[in-house]
Amino acid sequence: MTRHEAKGATQYTPYHPRWYRTRVSTYWWLWNWYYLKFVLRELSSIFVAYFVVITLLQIHSLGRGPDAYVRFEERMRNPLMIALNAISFLFVLFHTITWFNLAPRAMVAHLGGKRVPDALIACSNYVAWLGISAVVAWFILR
Amino acid sequence: MAETIQLEVTRYSPEHDAAPALQRFEVPYRKDWVVLDALNYIKDKLDGSLSYRWSCRMGICGSCGMMVNGEPKLTCATFLSHYAPGAVRVEPLRYFPVVRDLVIEMTDFMVKLQKVKPWIIRKDEKSIADAEYRQTPQQLDVYKQFSMCINCMLCYAACPVYGLDPLFTGPAAIALAQRYNMDSRDEGARERMDILSQHEGIWACTFVGECTKACPKNVDPAGAIQQYKLTAAKEWFKSLLVPWGAK
Amino acid sequence: MERHKHDVLIVGGGGAGLRAAIAVCEANPKLSVAVISKVYPMRSHTVSAEGGAAGVIKPGDSLDEHAYDTISGGDWLCDQDAVETFVAEAPEELLRLEHWGCPWSREPDGHIAVRAFGGMTKMRTWFAADKTGFHMLHTLFQTSLKYEMVIRYDEWFVTKLLVDDGCVQGAVAIELMSGKIHTITATAIILCTGGCGRVFPFTTNANIKNGDGMALAYRAGAPLKDMEFVQYHPTGLPFTGILITEAARAEGGYMLNKDGYRYLQDYNLGKPQPKPVLRSMELGPRDRLSQAFVKEMEKGRTIKGPYGDVVNLDLRHLGEKLISTKLPFVRELCLKYQNIDPVKELIPVRPVVHYMMGGVHTDINGSTPLPGLYAAGEVACVSINGANRLGSNSLPELLVFGARAGRAAAEFASKHSAPSAAIFAQAVDEDRRLKKQLLEKTEGREHIATIRDEMQKAIENGAGIYRTGTSLGDAAARLRQLQQRYTNTVLDDRGLTFNTELIAAMELGFMLDVAEAIVRCALHRTESRGAHQRTDFPKRDDEKFLVHSLVHRNEDGSSRVEHLPVKITRWPPGERVYGEQTQAKDVQAGR
Repeated sequence: MTRHEAKGATQYTPYHPRWYRTRVSTYWWLWNWYYLKFVLRELSSIFVAYFVVITLLQIHSLGRGPDAYVRFEERMRNPLMIALNAISFLFVLFHTITWFNLAPRAMVAHLGGKRVPDALIACSNYVAWLGISAVVAWFILR
Repeated sequence: MAETIQLEVTRYSPEHDAAPALQRFEVPYRKDWVVLDALNYIKDKLDGSLSYRWSCRMGICGSCGMMVNGEPKLTCATFLSHYAPGAVRVEPLRYFPVVRDLVIEMTDFMVKLQKVKPWIIRKDEKSIADAEYRQTPQQLDVYKQFSMCINCMLCYAACPVYGLDPLFTGPAAIALAQRYNMDSRDEGARERMDILSQHEGIWACTFVGECTKACPKNVDPAGAIQQYKLTAAKEWFKSLLVPWGAK
Repeated sequence: MERHKHDVLIVGGGGAGLRAAIAVCEANPKLSVAVISKVYPMRSHTVSAEGGAAGVIKPGDSLDEHAYDTISGGDWLCDQDAVETFVAEAPEELLRLEHWGCPWSREPDGHIAVRAFGGMTKMRTWFAADKTGFHMLHTLFQTSLKYEMVIRYDEWFVTKLLVDDGCVQGAVAIELMSGKIHTITATAIILCTGGCGRVFPFTTNANIKNGDGMALAYRAGAPLKDMEFVQYHPTGLPFTGILITEAARAEGGYMLNKDGYRYLQDYNLGKPQPKPVLRSMELGPRDRLSQAFVKEMEKGRTIKGPYGDVVNLDLRHLGEKLISTKLPFVRELCLKYQNIDPVKELIPVRPVVHYMMGGVHTDINGSTPLPGLYAAGEVACVSINGANRLGSNSLPELLVFGARAGRAAAEFASKHSAPSAAIFAQAVDEDRRLKKQLLEKTEGREHIATIRDEMQKAIENGAGIYRTGTSLGDAAARLRQLQQRYTNTVLDDRGLTFNTELIAAMELGFMLDVAEAIVRCALHRTESRGAHQRTDFPKRDDEKFLVHSLVHRNEDGSSRVEHLPVKITRWPPGERVYGEQTQAKDVQAGR
C-alpha cells in the first residue's frame, strides 16, 4: 500500500484494493526495435572508449620510435583485432549519427524570432565533423 | 472488408482474480470506428462489466490512454482499420498498477505534477488594474509546444526508465515544469531547478526518446528534458565559476 | 461508512468548480474546502471548448454593447442585472487568468488579441489558438495545485444531496476506486457539474455530461429554470458529434447545401459576402443556423450521409497557411476522426446539441432557493444566456459566476453552523438504497445501454430543434415508460472496484429526470423564442412569456411549472435582427 505524502493531494487515507503490478522483465529492451536500438546506442559508448584507448596506444607507440610503432602495427594486423576494430568502427559511426540526429532536440536556437529547423542544426554538426576529418586526413596522408 | 474484428481485452477484477487475463470479443468492423468505439460496443451490447476510462472522444481530455497491440495510444484516436483484419489487443497502460480491467492507478503522476510547481511563480504580482503581462507571439512560441500536454500519460507508458524506476519524475511532469520555466511571465526557474536536478529528476533520463514518439500532441517531452539538462548544466558551471552571481 | 467534514464542498472540478475553490480559499483561508469530481479535474469537459472567451478590453468597445449583444442574442430572456454584472466582471476574470499563466494569443506588440465571434457586434473574443477551454482548464487546475488547503476527492461520484431542516447539509458519494460509500457533511455546497448534452443522441458533449448536478438539485428540492432551452451547435461532425468550432466560420468558412449554394441567405441572415461580416450569414446566431438546417432538410436540399442528413462546411478558399495558424485543431480533428482534410475537401456537418441554457435556478451570486446550495457554470441558470447563448460567453461565465458562488458560499459557511448528526441516518438510507436497487439486485430484464438509447431517441424526436405539442406529449409518455423500465434494470457488473456500469446506471437515473424536466418545460411554454421553437406556436409572445419557467419537484415525484419574471433594467424587448439591419439604434435605446 503506497502513501502519498504530497500536500494538497487527497488527504484521506485511500483504500487500496489489490492492485496488480506487472514486473518489468530484465529483457525489456528486447520488447521492441526502438528499445533495442536505444540499448545498442548506449552500448556503443563502450566501443567509443575502446577507440580512444587504441588511439592513445597508437600515439604512445609513435612517441617511442619507429620500432615500437612497427610492433604496434603487427599487433593490429591480427585478424581478431581487425574484426574487433571493424565492429568498433561501425558502432562509433552509429554513435555519431544518432548523436548528431538527436542534438537538435537539446540545442534549440532561435534566429530572428523563428526557431532554427532541426535539420539545419544536425547538418551543421555533420559538416563540422566531415570538415575536421578532411583536415586531419590531409595532414596524415600528405 | 471483413464484417467483424476480434478484440482481445485485458480483464482483471481484484476481488476475484489473481492476475489479469485476456478475453476475446467479436465486434462489428466499421471503417470509421476507433478502438474506443469497439470497447463501447462491448460494454453496451456484450459485457457491461468491462471497465475503462473515457470522456471526450476527441483526444483532448486524455482519459482513454491504453496499450493497443503493445503501443501506448489514445483509443479514441486509433482506427480499427489500422489493425484489420488481425486481432486488436487492448491492455491497460504499461508501467502503472492495474486497478481493474483497463483502468490504471494514476495518483503517482498527480503527485509528481504537483511536485514540479506547475504555476506562475513571481516575486511581485501585477494587480488587475495594471492590465496584462506583455508577451509577444515569439515569446509565446518558445513554450507553446510544452503547454499542449493533455496529461494522458502515454509518455510514461513508453518510458523504460519509468518502468524500471518508478521514482523517476517522468516526461510529462518535466515538460510541464519546462513550460513554466520558459514562460516569459514566470520567475520560478531557480525553485524548480532544485526539484528537477535531483537524481529522480532530469538526470534519470537517458534520452531513449520513446516518450516523444508516443505523445499524441507533439509536446516533445524528450526535447524538453534534454534542453533542461543543458540549462541545468550551464547553471551548475556558472555557480562554480561565478558563485557570487547565484540568485 | 466513512465520514468527512468540510465547510464548503464543490461538486465538479471543471472551470467553474476550480475557480470557485480558489475564490473560497482567497475569501476565507480558514475554511475547509473540498472539490469532489467523478473524473480527474483535467478531464472535465471545459477542456474541449475551442473558440474563445468574450471580454471587453479593446478601445471602441463598451460593456453596454457586450450586454446588448448578449441580451438580444438571448431573445430578451436574460436577466439584465446579471448580464450587466457579467460583462463588467468578465474582462477582470480573464485578465486574472492571464496573470495565472493562461497562454492567450497575442498581437505582435504583446497585447491580448481578440477576434470576431458569432452574434457579437465587435471583436471581443479572447482566444488561445483554438484550444481556449483546454488552456483555461489546465491553467486553473495547475494554479489550484498551489492552494494546498483544497482537498480533492478525485473519481468520487455524488449520488445524493442531504437536506435537513430546509438546508443542505452534505452529500453521499461513492469512491470509484474501492466502491465504498462516504458521507461528506458541508455547510455550503456549490454545484459545478456542467450540462446535460448526453440526454440527446447527437451531442458535442463528453460522456460525463449527464446533468448530474441538475438532477441532484432537483431531487433535493431546488427548482430548475428554463430547461426547454437547449442549444444546438450548427456544425458538428456526424456520428461522433465532434464540434467544428464557430471560429471556422468566423475566419470565413461557407455553409453549403447539396447544390453547393450558401443557403443561409434564404433565411433572413443577410447577403453573402466573400469575407465574413459580423452577425450576418455564417456568423449569425447558432439557433438561427440550426433552424435553417432543419428547413433545408425538409426541402430535401441536404446531403444524405451514412449517419443521417448533413450539409457541407467549405474552408478550402481560406488556404493552408491560414488554416494551419488560426484553425490547426479543426484540421487535426477532421483528419484524425473523420479522415477529411479541410484544406482540400468539404466537411460534412449537422446541428448537434452543444449547451444547456437552462439549469439550477440561481441568483446573481450563485445561490439557489435552498439555503446552503449554490451553483455555477453550465449547471446553473442565472440567467445570462436567456433563450440562446452567444458563443464565447460560457467560458467567462464559468469564471465570473464560479468566483461569485465561491465568495457567497464562503460567506455563508463562515456565518452558519456545521450540519447536525441527524443527516447520517439519511446517508445510511442512501447506502441501503444503492445496494438494494443497483449493486445487489439480481432480477431484472432491462439493460442500462438500451434504456439510454431509447431515451435519446425519444427526446430528439419529441424535443429537438422544432417541437409541437404532440411530439412533446409523445416524448413525455415515452419518458414515463422508460422511468418505469429503469426500475427493472439489472447490472452485469456487481463488483466494487471501479464499477463504471454502476456509475452509468446512476447517470441514467439523473438523465431521465433531466429529460422529463426539459419536456415538461417545453410543453408549458407555448411560444417560440430563441432555441425553443414550436411549429404550433411560431411567434414570440412577450405578454405571456417574458418569464422564466421554473420546474419544481413535488413530494410525490410529479412536477409543477411556475413563472418567474425576467429582470429588465435598461433594454426593453426588441426584434432580433441580423444581416444588414443596423443595431446601433437599439444599443442607444438602452442608454
